[in-house]
Amino acid sequence: MPAHRPLPSGAVPRRPLPEPTPETQAYWDACQQHRLTLQRCLDCEGKPAYSYPRPFCPACLSRNVESFDASGRATLHTYIIAHRGAPGFEDKTPYVIAIVELEEGPRMMTNVVEVDPAPEHLPVGLQLEVTWEDHEQAERDGTTRRVSLPMFRPAAS
Amino acid sequence: MTIDLRMAAAIIGAAETEELGVIPDKSALQLHADAAIRAIADAGIAKSEIDGVFTAGSPAQIAEYLQIEPTFVDGTAVGGCSFMLHVAHAAMALATGRCNVALITHGQSGRSRVGEGGRFGGAATLMGQFESPYGTWGPPSVFTIPFVQHMHRYGTTEAQLAAVAVAQRQWAERNPRAMMRDPITIDDVLKSRLICWPFHILECCLVTDGGGALIMTRSDRAKHAPKRPVYVMGMGESVEMSMISQMHDFASSGAFVRSSRDAFAMAGISHGEVDHVMIYDAFAHLPIFGMEDMGFLKRGEAGPWFADMRSAPGGDLPVNTNGGGLSYTHTGMYGMFAIQESVRQLRGEAAAQVDDVRVSVAHGVGGMFFAAGTLILTNDESA
Repeated sequence: MPAHRPLPSGAVPRRPLPEPTPETQAYWDACQQHRLTLQRCLDCEGKPAYSYPRPFCPACLSRNVESFDASGRATLHTYIIAHRGAPGFEDKTPYVIAIVELEEGPRMMTNVVEVDPAPEHLPVGLQLEVTWEDHEQAERDGTTRRVSLPMFRPAAS
Repeated sequence: MTIDLRMAAAIIGAAETEELGVIPDKSALQLHADAAIRAIADAGIAKSEIDGVFTAGSPAQIAEYLQIEPTFVDGTAVGGCSFMLHVAHAAMALATGRCNVALITHGQSGRSRVGEGGRFGGAATLMGQFESPYGTWGPPSVFTIPFVQHMHRYGTTEAQLAAVAVAQRQWAERNPRAMMRDPITIDDVLKSRLICWPFHILECCLVTDGGGALIMTRSDRAKHAPKRPVYVMGMGESVEMSMISQMHDFASSGAFVRSSRDAFAMAGISHGEVDHVMIYDAFAHLPIFGMEDMGFLKRGEAGPWFADMRSAPGGDLPVNTNGGGLSYTHTGMYGMFAIQESVRQLRGEAAAQVDDVRVSVAHGVGGMFFAAGTLILTNDESA
């Protein structure tokens, strides 16, 4: 495991943001344009979608795959309501950490936002739509890192 | 060619560290050593007889620290159930003659963090990219996520989840080594601090320091051991994923199903022949998943079963009789302690001893539903 770099003294703990690898760079680049992408296998029957991104089909291992834009529609599958916050989330409690099922089939972790974070407002099966949270973070080398995270909110009916 | 591993090997030495709980004056490595020294004494062997070293991480470090020169090592580290896998792998190594006496160790300074390394990976790992950005902060915010799907599908309730903690506390009340021994009610659990709805603090495991170790040998040699041997009758293991979001079915662990299915197939027994069960309980929903995924109960039955106190003292199938991770101890990789309690029950030396235990199941989880290991153990050499 990589060693954690100590924070400069007095620094506020930073919210964890993703660091792309070569296999996931295109996914995060699309996110920056507020496009949620999935991948699908062109060799499997029915061209099933999968996520997270891999340059091969996790079912049949074919490399004949393509990326496409997801509809952004999803349903709430399961979740917790965090009453304690991760570093960078201390002022956000309570917040919802959820698994959503995308219309295309794959599931992903996300936050459900723009909703009162209480179980009565969060029935399993709740219709959701993607929304974006834009982040900028100053890096130690002086550059600015921009990341957009896909989040979900109750769908406008 | 296959080799029949059923009843091929036995646990002849078992011990935990003398202290459990808060041990700020010992490093994680020293906790391994303390447990190993006690297990070696319990088995009545000389250290020089040990030729197999098994631990979750670095067998080299254990060999160096205890000055053992092993000719078989296994550092399988799949989380808290690693020790179930070590027992299974040791049985294979012993049965095939690759080693004669196996030492399995665990030590963790989960609470005091003395001599502990880092825990979670960086921002470029899968978890760092696809889960940590959403504000997860470790097991209480991640391991718990599947349970709402179980509630949705089977009608399992918050009170039934709380009942698991209550039943285990009743066992802990009878165990002087348990960290939490005061009686609690379902209401107490539901009114305790909310951590990640629907989980309250009393439904989350303890965070402690401690260790445990086991000595194993082939069954023919085990007869000469000073304590009653505990034979490995069945074993199974599996992994499913490395992120909770990739779980196939959020109301069931595929790793639990595969691991326990193989263990029961090898043992060749029915569930009705099991007298005692240990299920690694990092959180209160794990015994619920465990009882269903292992086939003791049908889907959706476990919530009401625990609520009826069927697992508690006086119930029909004792589960987690040391008090479990919720009330006994939880160093971080608790699986070793589940095996230790199975051994104590089969030897007849448990603090909350169950009558006439002949077969015990010790089922472990690794990571957050990422891995599983199942052992079926017996004290009946003719089993």
